[in-house]
Amino acid sequence: MMKKNGKLRLILSVAAVALIFIGAWATEQVNGTTSMVVTVLQKGAVYALIAVSMNLLNGFTGLFSLGQAGFMLVGAYSYAILTIPMAKRAAVYQYYQGGWVQFTIGFLPALLIAGAVAAVFAALIGLPVLRLKGDYLAIATLGFAEIIRAVVQWDTIGPLTNGSNLLKTYPTLKTIMPGNTVLFTFLVVGVCIGLILLLINSTYGRAFKAIRDDEIAAEAMGINLFHHKQMAFVISSFFAGIGGALLAMYQGSLQANSFKSSMTYEILLIVVIGGMGSVSGSVIASFLFIASSEWWLRFLDSETMIGQFKVPLLAPGFRMVVFSVVIMVVVLFFRRGIMGTRELWELGGGRRAKGGIRKA
Amino acid sequence: MSEAKTNRDSVLRLENITMQFGGVVAINNLSLEILPGEIVALIGPNGAGKTTAFNCITGVYEPTNGAVYFHGKPIAVNHPQGKMVRQYNGQNAEKYKDVHPVVYTPDRITHMGIARTFQNIRLFKSQTAFENVLIATHLRCKSNFLTASLRLNRAEEKAMRKKAMDLLETVGLAEEADELATSLPYGKQRRLEIARALATDPTLLLLDEPAAGMNPQETDELGEFIVDIKNRFHLTVFMIEHHMNLVMDISDRIYVLDFGRQIAEGTPEEIQKNPDVIAAYLGVEEE
Amino acid sequence: MFDTLLPYLLAGIPVGGQYALIAVGYTMVYGILRLINFAHGDIFTAAGFFMVYLSAALPPLLSIPLTILLTVALGFVVERVAYKPLRSAPRMSIMISAIGVSYLLQNLMWYLTGGLARQYPVLAGLSDTIRIGSATTKVVTIVTPVLTLGLVIALVMLIKKTKIGMAMRAVSVDFETSQLMGIKINNVISFTFIIGSAMAAIGSTLYFTNYTAVTPTVGAMPGLKAFVAAVFGGIGSIPGAMIGALIIGISENLIKAAGLTAFSDAFTFALLIVVLLVRPTGLFGEKTTEKV
Repeated sequence: MMKKNGKLRLILSVAAVALIFIGAWATEQVNGTTSMVVTVLQKGAVYALIAVSMNLLNGFTGLFSLGQAGFMLVGAYSYAILTIPMAKRAAVYQYYQGGWVQFTIGFLPALLIAGAVAAVFAALIGLPVLRLKGDYLAIATLGFAEIIRAVVQWDTIGPLTNGSNLLKTYPTLKTIMPGNTVLFTFLVVGVCIGLILLLINSTYGRAFKAIRDDEIAAEAMGINLFHHKQMAFVISSFFAGIGGALLAMYQGSLQANSFKSSMTYEILLIVVIGGMGSVSGSVIASFLFIASSEWWLRFLDSETMIGQFKVPLLAPGFRMVVFSVVIMVVVLFFRRGIMGTRELWELGGGRRAKGGIRKA
Repeated sequence: MSEAKTNRDSVLRLENITMQFGGVVAINNLSLEILPGEIVALIGPNGAGKTTAFNCITGVYEPTNGAVYFHGKPIAVNHPQGKMVRQYNGQNAEKYKDVHPVVYTPDRITHMGIARTFQNIRLFKSQTAFENVLIATHLRCKSNFLTASLRLNRAEEKAMRKKAMDLLETVGLAEEADELATSLPYGKQRRLEIARALATDPTLLLLDEPAAGMNPQETDELGEFIVDIKNRFHLTVFMIEHHMNLVMDISDRIYVLDFGRQIAEGTPEEIQKNPDVIAAYLGVEEE
Repeated sequence: MFDTLLPYLLAGIPVGGQYALIAVGYTMVYGILRLINFAHGDIFTAAGFFMVYLSAALPPLLSIPLTILLTVALGFVVERVAYKPLRSAPRMSIMISAIGVSYLLQNLMWYLTGGLARQYPVLAGLSDTIRIGSATTKVVTIVTPVLTLGLVIALVMLIKKTKIGMAMRAVSVDFETSQLMGIKINNVISFTFIIGSAMAAIGSTLYFTNYTAVTPTVGAMPGLKAFVAAVFGGIGSIPGAMIGALIIGISENLIKAAGLTAFSDAFTFALLIVVLLVRPTGLFGEKTTEKV
């Protein structure tokens, strides 16, 4: 009985995911790559991955880390540096005699390496900072992200990072997957989020949640705190690195100064809106966030006349004000966010849904 | 304590343990020994240092001075260091001066086979009763995060789930498996904590006030339950408890602490007759 | 050698003093609420904008006190609206709220100012240049350390000698108990934010006289550095925050002197991490242990 139920769920979820992918693909075919809805789908998917990776740390493991922008930067730069075509290097690195890196690799291995490099950075940074707790951890990770941003722009390693100049002409969504940018983004993001979900529901994910709920009890149950925190930190950064690389592919050019702490704050707020400890919440919130800021609330930024009457308040920047007020309302009055700690597929099933998993 | 008892395959041995916080000596020169299969109680008035002793054994605190051995292996050895050299108010500081300090983290000590419950229940509050026990089986899992994520460890995962479910049945909580741990009544939460501790495959079980907040009938049942699991899982039990009926019923031996010092040791009959204990402890209660 | 370093040292002292005035707000709020008030740097920026707009219409003798008043009002409102409702919430929630407020203030300032850098008014007296030895500098360089020291001493006296100071100390040691003892904690917390904001406003007057351009995000970095200074000095300790800020201000300028300008920000955070690892309680902080 239970087994059958589990199979049915599996078939249903595969069908749902397939539908989403087909819908996303069709949207691009119908509306064209340059349409607003496609932009939202691309950027929303990238943010979804980054938000889920941050949720793995902040929501599931209870580590309040604010280093996400730093790891995204590492991923984005690794990707761009490795994929700029040889013919274009002289132009991009014009101040650094074409730069040190004199080879180019394909975009798929570069995506993986982007994640791996971010993970290596996380492993090194994690050694000292994961011994810190709570807000000290937050401020230390924030500090490391700032250090990364400063070091990347350091003139001495300019031949590698192009200093504070733009990185560009690397393969972007539009150049590698013309006409299928959304499908490609969704595939990469889908695989990554799927892997994170599998991890969260494995015995290691349960250990993470135990650490979040009660560090002292978790340790008394034989869970090595440092080892597991480091694991969560490195895995989260791996996916943040891939997310950064995807963001680079979406943007088309790259500058270290755009990876400021305000970017981390934005992602954190997405995670909070979606619900700390809910993967589907983070995904939904990412698309809502991007759609609102890039599209639905755009009208707030343009001065509008209705006949002779000028609509008050509407002016550049008003969109972000409305937006941040909405966020504050969520933070203050709807602290559980859209999903709380539930997942989309657990809704309706209640707690019994977990019983199904237990016997499976 | 008779000489013959020491050093013979004891499960747990504390030697001159002193725990000092700043200027406050919480435990002073405590030595005790627990033999295989025993149920030993640690009693004493509030603030006597009982939970602190548990924390020294389980690695939550680093004792200031002294040594803890588990199955003859040192799990904590220390002597006053740094500022403590001057501040130290305890005894036997010289004895461990040249011994290399041993510091094990709590998780490592749990790995070795000491499991515990907490005085102020510490269940994983967002998890169900079943998940609470399941989490405690994690430390024996052999798969790494990759094989576990990619579900290449089905057999192991199945075994872990079965073990957790069996333990819930053992403590009589199978019905409540899918309830949120913190929504259970108090007495059941205490039993769930014991099930969770058992899931780590301990040889020594430390119970910190297992009967706190229970009525006399529940306390009696708990006593039988402790003896039962001790036999079934071949455990040695060391417990802190205030319910004297329970302590006298099931303990093989009792240690009495007062103001961080051991004031008595013996069988329940001996302790009941001990004038020091009556003065320091039972006497206080009668007032 | 000394002659070449002197201008940098001189430049470092007022920078440190300005950080110190911001750091006081961080350290006092953290001492009482255990909250990193991420919005504090933005309140500092807001003070800069208040001055820009007020001085367009009013003489400095009026605009400076008004700026301080408005900044205090802003700090007070932020606390009441964004932090007070979360008193019993987990600490993570209130920190997220602080980040949200910071985001809101930055966006609001961008909207109201059009996102362009505004020129800070020239304050007669403060902006004049004088010569010390071979170096020339603005008067503000001399005023800042003196003023900072004076304010810090006054604050320490306030906390040590007055009734509200005693209440602040009590609340920082034990929130619940002081509430039971009849201390009106909400008043104490509001008072803390008022003092912190007033200090930030004074700090901004000095800071922007040196740096002149006010943008919506200009306060973020000095804010973070001031927080590092507060941690360095031992969170909760006001003299500690001042000394921490001075050390950071001077080191930063020495690093610039060594030609490593790119690393002057990074240095601050490196220092933070070293301090947190080696001595998490900072120079003057007290140790706390968690009960199991």
